[in-house]
Amino acid sequence: MKKAASHIDYNNAVISIRDLEKSFGDYHVLRGIDLDIFQGENLVVLGRSGTGKSVLIKLISGLLRPDKGSISVLGNDVLALSDKQLQELRIRIGFSFQNSALYDSMTVRKNLEFPLVRNRKGIGRAEINKSVETVLDAVGLSQTINQMPSELSGGQRKRIGIARTLILNPEIMMYDEPTAGLDPITCIEINELINEVQERYRTSSIIITHDLTCAKSTGDRIAMLLDGQFQRVGTFDEVFDTDDERVKPFFDYNFIQ
Amino acid sequence: MDTAGTTTPQQQKPGSKLKKRVTDFFVDLYKIGGFTARFFKEAFVPPFEFREIVRQCFEVGVKSFSLITLTGFIVGVIFTKQSRPSLSEFGATSWLPSLVSIAILKALAPLVTALIAAGKVGSGIGAELGSMRVTEQIDAMEVSGTKPFKFLVCTRVIATTLCIPLLATYVALIALLGAFLNVNTNEGTSYSAFMSDVFEPIGFIDINQSLVKAIVFGFTIGIVGCYQGYHSNKGTEGVGKAANNAVVIAMFLIFIEEILIVQITGWFR
Repeated sequence: MKKAASHIDYNNAVISIRDLEKSFGDYHVLRGIDLDIFQGENLVVLGRSGTGKSVLIKLISGLLRPDKGSISVLGNDVLALSDKQLQELRIRIGFSFQNSALYDSMTVRKNLEFPLVRNRKGIGRAEINKSVETVLDAVGLSQTINQMPSELSGGQRKRIGIARTLILNPEIMMYDEPTAGLDPITCIEINELINEVQERYRTSSIIITHDLTCAKSTGDRIAMLLDGQFQRVGTFDEVFDTDDERVKPFFDYNFIQ
Repeated sequence: MDTAGTTTPQQQKPGSKLKKRVTDFFVDLYKIGGFTARFFKEAFVPPFEFREIVRQCFEVGVKSFSLITLTGFIVGVIFTKQSRPSLSEFGATSWLPSLVSIAILKALAPLVTALIAAGKVGSGIGAELGSMRVTEQIDAMEVSGTKPFKFLVCTRVIATTLCIPLLATYVALIALLGAFLNVNTNEGTSYSAFMSDVFEPIGFIDINQSLVKAIVFGFTIGIVGCYQGYHSNKGTEGVGKAANNAVVIAMFLIFIEEILIVQITGWFR
C-alpha cells in the first residue's frame, strides 16, 4: 500500500468536474460524473476498457469537448478558455500517453527540448541543456540522450514520455495507462517513478489504469468508473471492501490469480 | 438477429457506393479549402519554424533528386524520339529542338515534376502525419502547449511550395539535356545551335506560366498531403488511406489547375 504523500491539501481542489457527459454517436461514455482532485494527491481512475477513462483526461486537457457539464482546472473553466489561454493552461499540465507518443523523427534530447524551447521564450542553450539533464536524471535515463525512440524499450519510452512532460514543471500530471504492456519489474519501476514525481515535483496526478497493483502502489484515492459514472471513490481498501459484482472481479483477477 | 429495416452492403442500390465515394471526394475538397484558409491564417504569424522548413526542404528536394533526374532525362529522350517521325514526314526535323523546348518548358517539366512529387512526397507526408495522428504524437504536441499545425503543416506546405519550382526547373534542364543528346546523336546538331533553337520560341510569359504552375502544384501537394495525414484516423488502415488519398486528390487537383492556368495565361497573350 502506498504511503500517503505529506503535502496533500484536501481543502484545495486543483481539478473540479461537475455533471460531465460525453457521447460518441449513440454510445454514452460518461453519464454525468462529478469529481475533485486535490492539491498534491494521486487519484487513480479505475475501470474496464472502453469505459471512458482516457476520454476523461482528454476532456480535462481540452483535447475533447464534453456534451454537458463543467471542468475547472487550476481555477480555470476549461470550456470557456480561448485557444491562447488553453495553450497557457496546458503548459501547467503534464500528459503521459499510453503509447508514450514520443516524436519518432527526433532524438530523446530533441523530444525533451521540443516543448521547452517553444514555451520558454528566450531560453539559453545552457539552461536548455541543464533542464534536459535534470529530467533525464529524474527518470534515470541520462545515457539515452542521443538515442532515437525506436532504439528504446517500452519501459524506457514510458520514462522518456514522463520526462518530456516534467521538463515544463507541471502542477498536474495525467498518466494514461502508465504500466500497460510492460513486464512486472518495469511496472514496479514506473509505479515508483510516479510516486517520486509526486514527491519531487509536488504534483497532483490522475492515473488512468486497470492495473490494480499500479492503483494500490500509486493512488492516494481510487475512483471506480462503471457504467459512465464514478460508483465508488475512496482509499484502495474502501473501494474494494464491497460485494458489488461489478467491482469484485477487478480485485479477484489481480490478486487471486 | 432481426435485420428487418437494415441494409447490408450487398443489398445497397447499385451506384449508391459510387455516389457515396463521389460525395466523400467533394466533401474532402471542401474541407481542404478550410484547411488552406487555416494555413494562411497561421503560416505568416510568428514564431516561424525556420529550421524545420529547411529540414523539410531537404526531405522534399534532396530525397526525390535521383528519381526526378532519371525521369526528367527519360522524358527528354523519349519525347524527342517520338516526335522525330512526325516532323521528318514534313522534312522538318530541324524544328525538333523548338518543339521539344516548347513541350518541356511550357508543360512537361512542371507537370511531370508535380506528378512524381505527388506520388513520392505527397504520399510520404500523408503517411507520416497520419502515423503521428494515430500514435497520438500530434495530441502530445497539442497538450504540451505547442502548435502542431504550425510545426507540422505550415513547414511542409512551405517546403513543397518552395522546392517543387526548383525541382521543375532542374527537370526542364535535365530533359533538355536528354533531348540534346538524342538530337546530337541523330542529326549531329551542335550544342550552341540546339540551345539557340531551344530558347528562341520561349517568351517571358511562358517561363512565368511554368513557374506559377510549379508553385501552385507544390502548394497543392503539400496542403493535400498534410490535410489527409492530419485528419487521419482508424489506425494503420487510416494511415494507408491518408497516403493513398494524398496522391489521388493531389493529382486530380494538379490536372484541374493545369487547365485553369493555361486558360488564364492564354488571356494575357
